[in-house]
Amino acid sequence: MAFSISDSGALGNVPPTPVTGPAKVDVSQMRRVLPRITALALRYPGGLTLAIGCSLGAAVANLTLPRLFGAAVDQAQTLLKAGPAHATQAQAALWATAILVIGATVVRGLLTMFAGYMGEYVSQQVAYDLRLKYFQQLQRLSFGFHDRVHSGDLITRGMLDLEGARVFIQNGAMQALTLVMLVGFASYMMLSADVVMGLIGLTFVPVASIALGRMGFLLRVAWLRIQKLMAILTLTMEENLQGIRVVRAFGAKTFEMSKFDKASIDALNLAYQRILLRCRGVSVMTISFYSAMTILLWYGGHMVVNGSLTSGRLTEFLTYMSLMQSPIRQVAMIFNSAARASSGGERLFEVLDLTPEIADAPAAKPLTPSQGVLRFDHVGFSYVGAAPALSCISFEVRPGQTLGIVGPPGSGKSTIANLAARFYEVTEGSITIDGQDIRSVTLDSLRGYVGLIQQETFLFDSSIGNNVAYADPWTTDERIAGAAATAQLHDHIAGLPDAYETRVGERGVALSGGQRQRLSIARGVTPEPSVMIFDDSAAAIDAVTERRVRDALAQATKTKATIVIAHRLSSLQHADEIIVLDKGRIVERGSHRDLVARGGIYADLYAMQSHAATIGAAERETEEA
Amino acid sequence: MSDPLAGAASSTGVPRATLGSAEGDDVFGTFDTRVARRFLGFLRPHGRDLAWAQIAVLAAAACQVAIPALIGGAVNAAVAMDGHRLDVALLGLAGLGGALTLAAFLEQWLSARLAQRVIFDIRRRMFAHFQDVSLSFMDKTHVGRIMSRLQGDVSALQDLLESSTGALGDVVMLIGITSVLLAMDWKLGLLTLTVLPLLIGARAIWLPYSKRSFLVAREASSAANSALAENINGVRTVQETRREAVNFALYREKGLENFRAQVGAAWMGQIMTPMVDVLTGLAMAIVIVGGGQAVLGGRLQVGVMVAFIFYLQRFFEPVRMLSMQYTVMQRAMAAAHRIFEVLDVPVTIRDAPDAIVLKNAPAAVEFRNVTFGYDAARPILHDINLTVRPREVVALVGPTGSGKTSIIALARRFYEADQGQVLVGGHDVREISLDSLGETIGMVLQDPFLFTGTIEENIRYNARGATTHDVIAAAKAVSAHDFISDLPEGYQTRLGQRGRNVSMGQRQLISFARALVADPQILILDEATANIDSFTEQAIQKALKVLFTGRTCIVIAHRLATIREADNIVVLRQGRILEQGSHGDLIRLGGLYHQLCASAHASFDDCAKADDLAFATRT
Repeated sequence: MAFSISDSGALGNVPPTPVTGPAKVDVSQMRRVLPRITALALRYPGGLTLAIGCSLGAAVANLTLPRLFGAAVDQAQTLLKAGPAHATQAQAALWATAILVIGATVVRGLLTMFAGYMGEYVSQQVAYDLRLKYFQQLQRLSFGFHDRVHSGDLITRGMLDLEGARVFIQNGAMQALTLVMLVGFASYMMLSADVVMGLIGLTFVPVASIALGRMGFLLRVAWLRIQKLMAILTLTMEENLQGIRVVRAFGAKTFEMSKFDKASIDALNLAYQRILLRCRGVSVMTISFYSAMTILLWYGGHMVVNGSLTSGRLTEFLTYMSLMQSPIRQVAMIFNSAARASSGGERLFEVLDLTPEIADAPAAKPLTPSQGVLRFDHVGFSYVGAAPALSCISFEVRPGQTLGIVGPPGSGKSTIANLAARFYEVTEGSITIDGQDIRSVTLDSLRGYVGLIQQETFLFDSSIGNNVAYADPWTTDERIAGAAATAQLHDHIAGLPDAYETRVGERGVALSGGQRQRLSIARGVTPEPSVMIFDDSAAAIDAVTERRVRDALAQATKTKATIVIAHRLSSLQHADEIIVLDKGRIVERGSHRDLVARGGIYADLYAMQSHAATIGAAERETEEA
Repeated sequence: MSDPLAGAASSTGVPRATLGSAEGDDVFGTFDTRVARRFLGFLRPHGRDLAWAQIAVLAAAACQVAIPALIGGAVNAAVAMDGHRLDVALLGLAGLGGALTLAAFLEQWLSARLAQRVIFDIRRRMFAHFQDVSLSFMDKTHVGRIMSRLQGDVSALQDLLESSTGALGDVVMLIGITSVLLAMDWKLGLLTLTVLPLLIGARAIWLPYSKRSFLVAREASSAANSALAENINGVRTVQETRREAVNFALYREKGLENFRAQVGAAWMGQIMTPMVDVLTGLAMAIVIVGGGQAVLGGRLQVGVMVAFIFYLQRFFEPVRMLSMQYTVMQRAMAAAHRIFEVLDVPVTIRDAPDAIVLKNAPAAVEFRNVTFGYDAARPILHDINLTVRPREVVALVGPTGSGKTSIIALARRFYEADQGQVLVGGHDVREISLDSLGETIGMVLQDPFLFTGTIEENIRYNARGATTHDVIAAAKAVSAHDFISDLPEGYQTRLGQRGRNVSMGQRQLISFARALVADPQILILDEATANIDSFTEQAIQKALKVLFTGRTCIVIAHRLATIREADNIVVLRQGRILEQGSHGDLIRLGGLYHQLCASAHASFDDCAKADDLAFATRT
């Protein structure tokens, strides 16, 4: 593997890579992964047996045809030699053969159909199972995992890699089985009929199989490489379009076209290589097949000339060969799909096999709040392989109280927010609610109790109402409107043509950054959690609106414990306690008044912000002037 | 927990819950000669390859038609006990085998290569076109949609191109085999061919059904995939709001729907197999009985009968391929239609034939009676007159929708004024070459968009002559050097998806450095409104001073510190200049500026409530 993932990891300066998967396929991986995929199909023994039985039957029916043709040719010959005397007898034989041929094709057709259908049926069953498992697993894996692994990569795994595993069951495994049976039977029939002719006729099978198998394998490798280049091309195009204003502002068309051309030409050259690979493989197949057939005809034809072989027998051999031709062509596809399934399957299983770092303890009970006191007791935390992000953090928030947190970027503010709802696991100390360690209660009850509103808002491609009701889809329209009103968004929504049924997201209405944050606040207050944490969730909201939101929230959260993380100190002035973080430690704490009086970091910050360019400050200045 | 949707739904009605959404473009289109002709235009530069590919196709088809005849001939020779004739026939067969290999190789190689090249040409043309079309088009069109044109639609055309030479071969094979069968024995040939109309008829009936089930399966699969993607992208919110069980139930429904649709489509796909097989069997039975009779009557040689059997085995493949080709063609038509729609978007802003290059022109900007609207019927700017002298800093202030952004966009000629003139360096912008205008005017946008790549690459961006030394000097000047040096790999640190691994304020500083490296005479700056922490804020204010020094600047300003730096403050409202002058002048004037200052807003954008709606509908 080019990289490995685990359900823990570091935030910070390592961006997740969007590039998907390794550009190689190795054999040990195949040996490991393919049996596992096959085992998934074995869970449907009924369907699988039916599929295999049908394809076996189809192969048998298929292989009766050469013999029937041979018989027909011989019968015709006999007819010719015997003259009109035995005509009726020979004619009857012809009719019988004809009916047998129709019978064989009917059987072959029906069984092929059932085999194909059952193969797909089983593979779709397996895919369905895998989809649900994968979906569930991703919901369970903690934030640490999602920080590390690019969402695009996870989507690729769930779509393309999963489909690769499915196609292997449907095509790879089933086709390989059919191929083996058909070639096995045909070889047996040919060799038992005539060893020398059988051997001649079969020479093309190993030659073509090796060439095509290799080709299928190499095509897969080439495909992976092309995918990587195409991912770069896609990124180049996508960023160009997203940043089109920057591109235009800098007049960078030529530069952007040269970036495009570089990515594009690399991909094109690789595509040529891939085509050449395919053409070469197919050519080996064609030439080996016709060489074998020519030699067979030469050898057999001279035997017919000598009278030691009937023309019917010769026809039979030729038909065997042509019947094997199309399954042999599938060898390339079988190897291709095996290679695809093994690299894709590995990537899929890699995720499925992870144990979620954060999960309910075996004896976890639902949280039983009494007073509702949230306590951080000497909490320390570090992301895997990184310096401590937090150390020795202690504080207490009671219902009705507000704790404010400030600090420079990277000082650990968001980490505190995420730890409180157990999205990461503390590495030192403990977090308790009414004395109950949050690691000992069920996640569901904890996260229902502690509500977190993040700075980065993710809205779902659905109606505004559905987004507000996200945490509680059964809530009433009144509650939705109430939450929106708290977030100072109701008037705006009510003014839209479709009001709460207006769609947001890609094809819906565009909301400004501040509106999105307010929608996210509305979503956060709808389920009425007892502890509310606002992680810089008003950064894009203007100060006046923010004040209105804060006043409304104060009404709604009178009995709740609140933690507010903010850069704008005016948001924190009314907090009961403010802690100032720097490099993961509490460097100052106290009320706004205490902190300003102390003249530390907080006081500097406050002075700077009052100085800074708010128009409110301007008002005071001009009045003084 | 087994079904959280049904459980609670019974008590309070239908839950407000959806997961993912899948809306796609039309998959199938109808044949349109105009579209087809334009498409062929893309093949013209590769005429020679195309001709060779076609020759190879014909040669390969001819070989395929001739081979069974030669096999039959060999069998006949053997039956006639003519060893010499047998050897001659086999020599021919060996030759044909070689020729077929060569022809098939050339056919595939030439046509696949051609397809790739044409596809890359088309994609490049589209991408280049997006660099030139008006920004109003880009504003209106979602990037995701454009990407699906550049990828999905383009690859639908690739499918058509790669398989169309094969389709030509199939047609030739069909005609060839039919003629050979009729030539070898027209009675038996005709009798055998009676099967063909049956097959074509069966496929014609089947095709619309199969297409429908294909569409259903496709929709179900993209609905399931979109649900998965949404849940992955929003996984943090999902966990924060405890939606796991509800979303799982919703996803299971979609998964089940997809399963049913796929299995249904599989049934549809398989149902033709026995039909084709039975008809093949019927044709073979006809050959056996009819041919046998003919052999008996001495009218037919055994070898011909063998040849017939071989022909029949190849006969139905082309029919199948051709009907699939029809579907490929329909998909390509729908795709081509959308591609041409994109290529037909007119390029409104381009260099005049005699465009001039600005040299030593004074770095001044002037608006003369400019009226402009994205929709000409609803002007955003009315009769704007504004002069920015060289090295002057002008701040534009006013509520959202007052036309600030339009003014800077017009100065950079992102759009064309409807009336009046915009002059840069004393020349109408329409007379100046776009490249020259780009070199004269630098821009810092509100959204500091960064590209995937190292920080150094991002700062250098289009200033390809800038050395590493220049890059560092620029970063130092805008106070970005310190935080960049603190990063583990310094200037070589790669920025992730749109610079996610540095803070918003830091992104802003990098974009300042990018503008400084380009060293334009005139700088247009759209100040970021929010999202910047106070710790970086100070650095930004310092950096702005550096940027403004020695340059003509037009700034959309939100912060008082920035506004007060300006030599001239222009107050806009509803697309008109209301007042201008220095901070002191305007306060003394007691107009809108004074009101805005007095109203205790954090920035001027927050003033008018009605503007919320304007903002929402603008993009």
